[in-house]
Amino acid sequence: MGLEEKIPDSIILTSLDKVVNWSHKRSMWPLGFGLACCAIEMMSTFAPHFDLARYGMEVMRPSPRQADLMIVSGRVSMKMAPVIRTLYEQMPNPKWVIAMGACAACGGVFNNYAILQGVDRIIPVDIYVPGCPPRPEQLMDGILKLQEKIDKESVKDRHEEWGRKAV
Amino acid sequence: MPEERTVTLNMGPQHPSTHGVLRVVLELEGETVVKARPVIGYLHTGIEKTMESKLYYKALPATDRMDYLAPMSNNLGYCLAIEKLMDIEVPEKVQWARVCLAELTRVNSHLVWLGTHALDLGAMSMLLYTFRERELILDVYEACGGQRMMTSYIRIGGLAHDLPKDFDKKVRRIVKVVAERLHDYEALLTDNEIFINRTKGVAVISAEDAIDYSLSGPMLRGSGVKHDMRKANPYSGYENFDFEIPVGKNGDAYDRYLLRLEEIRQSLRIAEQALDGMPEGPYRAHVPGVVLPLKEDVLYKMESMIFHFKIITEGFKAPFGAVYQAIESPKGEIGFYISSDGSNKPHRVRVRPPSFINLAALPLLVEGRLFSDVVCAIGSIDIVLGEVDR
Amino acid sequence: MPMEEKVRSFLKSLFSDAIIREDNFREQQSFYIKPDALVPICEELVHDGELDVRFLSDITALDWLGHEEEKNGRFEVIYNLYSLSHRYRFFLKIRLPANNPKIASLTHLWQGANWLEREVYDMMGIHFEGHPDLTKILTPDELEGHPLRKDFPLTYEVPQFSWNKDQPPEVIK
Repeated sequence: MGLEEKIPDSIILTSLDKVVNWSHKRSMWPLGFGLACCAIEMMSTFAPHFDLARYGMEVMRPSPRQADLMIVSGRVSMKMAPVIRTLYEQMPNPKWVIAMGACAACGGVFNNYAILQGVDRIIPVDIYVPGCPPRPEQLMDGILKLQEKIDKESVKDRHEEWGRKAV
Repeated sequence: MPEERTVTLNMGPQHPSTHGVLRVVLELEGETVVKARPVIGYLHTGIEKTMESKLYYKALPATDRMDYLAPMSNNLGYCLAIEKLMDIEVPEKVQWARVCLAELTRVNSHLVWLGTHALDLGAMSMLLYTFRERELILDVYEACGGQRMMTSYIRIGGLAHDLPKDFDKKVRRIVKVVAERLHDYEALLTDNEIFINRTKGVAVISAEDAIDYSLSGPMLRGSGVKHDMRKANPYSGYENFDFEIPVGKNGDAYDRYLLRLEEIRQSLRIAEQALDGMPEGPYRAHVPGVVLPLKEDVLYKMESMIFHFKIITEGFKAPFGAVYQAIESPKGEIGFYISSDGSNKPHRVRVRPPSFINLAALPLLVEGRLFSDVVCAIGSIDIVLGEVDR
Repeated sequence: MPMEEKVRSFLKSLFSDAIIREDNFREQQSFYIKPDALVPICEELVHDGELDVRFLSDITALDWLGHEEEKNGRFEVIYNLYSLSHRYRFFLKIRLPANNPKIASLTHLWQGANWLEREVYDMMGIHFEGHPDLTKILTPDELEGHPLRKDFPLTYEVPQFSWNKDQPPEVIK
């Protein structure tokens, strides 16, 4: 109603959702967690050729208490599954999970007694990136889609979501 | 009176410098390691059992995923074993191309080793440099087979496709560029006082202990034993190439570092010789019923199409018996023991894993030394957990 | 005299009653020997200066269940020996019966046999007498049984498509 013309140029208007989502997606800290062959492609994504630091993710934290993105890269064996569950529970909210590679998404090439058929049987997964191993560009595409997914989140239903995610 | 006890520390499966999911249970007294016990099995995939349920051709991609830093090396070992079992002779061009690719794979694996080893010891920029060089080699893999890492390019009886037209140009560029950049790496690390203090005299193993523990590869050569499968029992035409085998003196981590750098130089020399003398010819052997026919023939000739169909659906029947073929992979001696019971699926495929056997010597390397030497020792053995656990 | 002849004459002169037969498939020399003769043969090979067989490359095992070879013994343990100075490799193969397969351990001769024998125990179930620490090494502690035996199922899970995604996954052998 003509109010917008009276506001001086030095004031920025936005909503709380947008600020929170923008700060979440632009500076995610991945957990330094590589299991098998996909871990080498993940390291290549952090390397200078396909630089992932331009998305704000260059700080790879080895400790789960300080990380908020877990990229499960590689095949999850039955002996490693409780360890992954413990790591996931140690990460503080908000947290996201990317299942990188065919073995993390659905068991991949190996359909036998020793490999968990998909990591989504023990932890909730946000984005699945297929490939064996996925190219660094594919992983970056997955991360950009995760950023788009974060844009749709809202502060007010965060508490219910975390309650569901923590189960 | 307070009694002295040791502290049990768990270097868990998730650790930034264990190169994968290795767990080491350490008992420390202050900073000195009293006992070290590696616990493995966190990446056990049952690859050997999976390969028993597939045809000989279809079991080939499983070999890529074992030592995932040197995929062409594993493919080569498996294919040489099957060719020995079926008594197939491959054309000369295939042998020279395989040697060239195997040496590029050795350069690839040693570059990753150098980057991660230096990263563990604190020189983080080495990781960024070596991964930049590695992209050139992965570009060649992609031009050959279409895949960056798990290529499955070396097939039974030959190669999957013909070598690409710019193979010569690309590999010569790699030889030139990596040889120059090795000078940069040496300038950063070889005379660096911090690096010398952290690696000289650390993780020492003597020649008698190395033979006793059945070590192979740079671990054995670093202690002074001059043994390399490429010279001892040559395979795939290695006797036609002129190269040297570097040998260390003291058996410590610094000697192994210098040895692996020298191995990169010798590998580039072999790759250049392979390019200079590459003969012309077919890229696959002609053994109807066993080796897949060339795609051009399948599209135009009737019997090629029938053979192609039969080989893909039913496979070929191997004679009863067992063969063993050992090659020199970047980690050590990798061997494939294939036992056949006369049917079209392998009865037992056994992979002799160099990293598994090298890792068994870890307690000997670190007991009695400081805690930070454990990280250096694990990096210096150069393990790949995919091969340790299979 | 080529190495093949030397090894054959060495073993025949000292242990002629322990060798069941010799096999030379694809020029690889392998001897089928009796289980009790393993440790004496290996001790003689290690201490003999001429043959210089000091390198134990590999220990592995096979399972012949369901094949006609099973009548000679269900399990076959294979020792892969190498001579560094002569660059020669040969194999010692031993057949073991199906129930309670046991054989002597070689850890007192070669330290590298420690983990190799643990893996054969874990995957095939063959006991090595005299081993200092015969426990599981690769499989998780909850897994019972020995995976590489032929009667252990592959546990292949049928993938879930749109028409069976509401049912729990079906596990077939």
